[in-house]
Amino acid sequence: MSVISLVSYEDALASYDPVMGLEVHVELGTKTKMFCGCSTELGAEPNSQTCPTCLGLPGSLPVVNAVGVESAIKIGLALNCEIAEWCRFARKNYFYPDMPKNFQTSQYDEPIAFNGYLDVQLEDGSTFRVEIERAHMEEDTGKSSHVGGATGRIHGATHSLLDYNRAGIPLIEIVTKPIEGAGERAPEVAKAYVAELRELIRALGVSEARMDKGQMRCDVNLSLRPNGTSTFGTRSETKNVNSLRSVERAARFEIQRHATVLTDGGTIVQETRHFHEDNGTTTAGRIKDNAEDYRYFPEPDLVPIAPARTWVEELRAELPELPRVRRARLQAEWALSDKDMQSVLNAGAVELLEQTIAAGAPADQARKWWLGELARRANETGTELAEQPITPAQVARVCALVAEGKLNDKLARQVIEGVLAGEGEPDAVVEQRGLAVVSDDSALGAAVDQAIADNPDIAAKIRDGKVQAIGALVGAVMKTTRGQADAARVKDLLLAKLS
Amino acid sequence: MTDLIRYTAAETATAIASGTVSAVEVAQAHLDRIDAVDKKVNAFLHVDTEGALAAARAVDAKRAKGEELGPLAGVPLALKDVFTTEGIPTTCGSKILEGWIPPYDATLTARLKDAGVVILGKTNMDEFAMGSSTENSAFGPTGNPWDLSRIPGGSGGGSAAALAAYEAPLAIGTDTGGSIRQPGAVTGTVGVKPTYGSVSRYGLVAFSSSLDQGGPCARTVLDAALLHEAIAGHDPLDSTSIDAPVPAVVAAAKMRDIRGMRIGIVKEFAGEGYQAGVMQRFHESVELLRELGAEVVEVSCPSFTLALPAYYLIAPSEASSNLARFDAMRYGLRVGDDGTRSAEDVTALTREAGFGDEVKRRIILGTYALSSGYYDAYYGSAQKVRTLISRDFDAAFAGVDVLISPTTPTTAFPIGERADDPMAMYLADLCTIPSNLAGNAAMSLPCGLAPEDNLPVGLQIIAPAMADDRLYRVGGAVEAALNDKWGHPLLEEAPAL
Amino acid sequence: MPGITREEVAHLARLSRLELQAEELDHFAEQLDVIIGAVARVSEVAGQDVPPTSHPLPLTNVMRADEVRPSLTPEQALSGAPASEEQRFRVPQILGED
Ligand SMILES: [Mg+2]
Ligand SMILES: [Zn+2]
Repeated sequence: MSVISLVSYEDALASYDPVMGLEVHVELGTKTKMFCGCSTELGAEPNSQTCPTCLGLPGSLPVVNAVGVESAIKIGLALNCEIAEWCRFARKNYFYPDMPKNFQTSQYDEPIAFNGYLDVQLEDGSTFRVEIERAHMEEDTGKSSHVGGATGRIHGATHSLLDYNRAGIPLIEIVTKPIEGAGERAPEVAKAYVAELRELIRALGVSEARMDKGQMRCDVNLSLRPNGTSTFGTRSETKNVNSLRSVERAARFEIQRHATVLTDGGTIVQETRHFHEDNGTTTAGRIKDNAEDYRYFPEPDLVPIAPARTWVEELRAELPELPRVRRARLQAEWALSDKDMQSVLNAGAVELLEQTIAAGAPADQARKWWLGELARRANETGTELAEQPITPAQVARVCALVAEGKLNDKLARQVIEGVLAGEGEPDAVVEQRGLAVVSDDSALGAAVDQAIADNPDIAAKIRDGKVQAIGALVGAVMKTTRGQADAARVKDLLLAKLS
Repeated sequence: MTDLIRYTAAETATAIASGTVSAVEVAQAHLDRIDAVDKKVNAFLHVDTEGALAAARAVDAKRAKGEELGPLAGVPLALKDVFTTEGIPTTCGSKILEGWIPPYDATLTARLKDAGVVILGKTNMDEFAMGSSTENSAFGPTGNPWDLSRIPGGSGGGSAAALAAYEAPLAIGTDTGGSIRQPGAVTGTVGVKPTYGSVSRYGLVAFSSSLDQGGPCARTVLDAALLHEAIAGHDPLDSTSIDAPVPAVVAAAKMRDIRGMRIGIVKEFAGEGYQAGVMQRFHESVELLRELGAEVVEVSCPSFTLALPAYYLIAPSEASSNLARFDAMRYGLRVGDDGTRSAEDVTALTREAGFGDEVKRRIILGTYALSSGYYDAYYGSAQKVRTLISRDFDAAFAGVDVLISPTTPTTAFPIGERADDPMAMYLADLCTIPSNLAGNAAMSLPCGLAPEDNLPVGLQIIAPAMADDRLYRVGGAVEAALNDKWGHPLLEEAPAL
Repeated sequence: MPGITREEVAHLARLSRLELQAEELDHFAEQLDVIIGAVARVSEVAGQDVPPTSHPLPLTNVMRADEVRPSLTPEQALSGAPASEEQRFRVPQILGED
């Protein structure tokens, strides 16, 4: 299907109502794997973090990682879920070379956490409640690389190479109930949900949840139904959508694609699809010759998990301040209006601001730099704000230099530019570029005299009491000092000479 | 020194500890015996001559230094080829694992080594422990030393035959539906299925995880007890391992006093399909128990009639999943990888070529029982039967200390007789399966020869979970009384090889 | 309980990755039909209000501390591999999801 033939997003929404289901896999940041004592450290040599258990060698057995269970309970509690009194692991049976036992140890009808919700904030400041079906524990697969085909893709490869270092790393799979009623905002809800979940996971300290490192992966299930009807349509399952932006784009594309198919009188097939970052489209996965039948049954090598209520309550009491609560607190502390706070949120700058303020910057200054100069640059380069090569501490130092009168805004911008260009710490940039504000009266005196001499008319007006005309003279002084003068001091000096 | 091979494990250990004989001499005597008879018996798939002698030398060196030796130090043992052994091939009797050398020891293997036990080699078995005759081994059948044309039982026929052929005084088996007890019964040796969870399964290549249990095989009850204590105990690498003290089975084996014990005969283990001579020896055993001062009563366990069907759903279901890992990707056989075939096809071709018929049958049966639409009727119902069987046991044990039955309905049948009749084969485990489903402890010990064929008959004793000591108390007393009556151990009546 | 057909056996063989030969299919279908006929008796209890037992032990909450244990060396891990390359398991082309 070519992109051109798609019905427009607006037309799609005019006829259909999207229903979404989001499945997010989070790799936990435990020291060891879910069922064995192998390290989970990233970047190790291939197959150097494997043992009989995570290689699925004959005879090996799993033992549950207590911190894996604890993390699952924390996530469940933070998502307002009920925590099972008693639950089990199950085997999900299917063959795939990246899965050493050819079954995944997962949970089936008895997840550790179920029936919760997560309130997410949309860009207009409104709140949307996403209902959580379940959060369950499972294990990751190994990593395959494909050799001999184009660009390392599986298609056309002559063979594949497998590294099982990742096999067995704990995963928590979080599944929403069908998300209905979001209408045209469905893609935005999807993105906001994943963003909120990511913040929550980080706040809990159970994972870094870096999507770019595969620590958090999202499957977007989507179906459409004609407006005003209530039966779900057939859904597509777009797998492994690995950035916030992609989540939004994938949902949006699928809405248009479904609408196109349905409008043409076609039918949607339930299938796995893959999202392509480069052009924002999805394509169908391989059609399987026999319908999947995972033959789940209780994992006989593990015994049930029955989290003691005292343990669950202890974990509940230890939950850190959750992102929503924290955001409300910060807004009050920073004395930001709802609108200003929302702009901070939309820019994904809460953490950056918090750290900049913690490093000594006033809230309004921190916000000004991050949402102004730096956000503009992020936008221009198509990068995330947090990825800019400047730290909150460096921004705070720039703010301090301004407050001390050593820089003015124009110079501060140049300092930031220098830091971003890799010229070092702000003080070093100031030094190397010779950017210090000139407030030394003797150095300014000549420039002030020159300005008065060059503009006799304006000088006369000021002498006559029209003080508001002074801006032009200040500007002239700034021009001759190439912006490095302290404007306030220049004004004082001019007034002294002309009074 | 041919006598050395006729020593019990207890006698061997004592002789080594006292310096009467060296561990190396004992090991060599057994290696020589294997050399002499195993071509006929085919009990061993792999003999580790170097490893055995090195282990024996280590025991002798320890003794020379005056260090204390464990109760089984220097005693040779035949290990069922279903436990992993680092650096030593482990095949589970399957072509799919031919040539695989595990990079790790099973917990049981490690415990045996720590105890100074001398592992002679790995014994033959039905492929992946699926069978009751050892005919399903990819490496040829094992003969029953009583009559080499007959089966030695299974799946652990190699271990039982090694004992009966005096190739080793101790052996290890695994019992999923009777694979220790039934071979013990038909070879005139002692086999114990300990309480589920008392012997670690880490390194035991899984057939049916919720049923599999490793255990001791020996020629005497005391030897089995010594081995039981060496291998049992909590293992943090096995989540289903019981974290509690092992019952004092050696002390129980030495008691030889069962006065006042209450013993129940399971009514359901009799009738059609039970060989007359087997029932005759069983009834004589009941009389003997009464003579020894036990009170014998009849009990009924009505759900036991559903045990076999439940077992043949649960075990294949778990097996279908456990055996999925044999896919030609990481270890073992790989067939058909000619550069054009997909991994998927190579897996299917390898499994087709590498698994035998019985394994394939059970994989398909298990896949069927777990598949959507059938799960509740089959797997789900079988799990309910399991509950009913446990309840029957609980009710019975409320009134008696142990239960008894014949171990197996018939004596050893000829090799080939039931090979293509799975249902007939499955009947061999009729009396042993309920204990696997309930997870309790059971023993088989010789109680005589069936008059019609002069082949050994086994008496099964069943005790509640974690009361394994009762098996040894009753077994030790019965064995002593029978040996007194016969004037010698039963095995001495076996024809010379 | 219905018996099992040759087609069902073929489907089950595919699910369990067994490349059964035609004669094997016939033979297994026959034998499995008999076995399933015999074991189907368990469904007598299907309607009974009995909890299932998936495990003979009443254990719960067996967990280990999150402490690193030594792994195998890559050489040990790969020691049984039918083929390897670049310290990875080399496998035939995967009919994948791409
Ligand atoms: Mg999952
Ligand atoms: Zn591992």
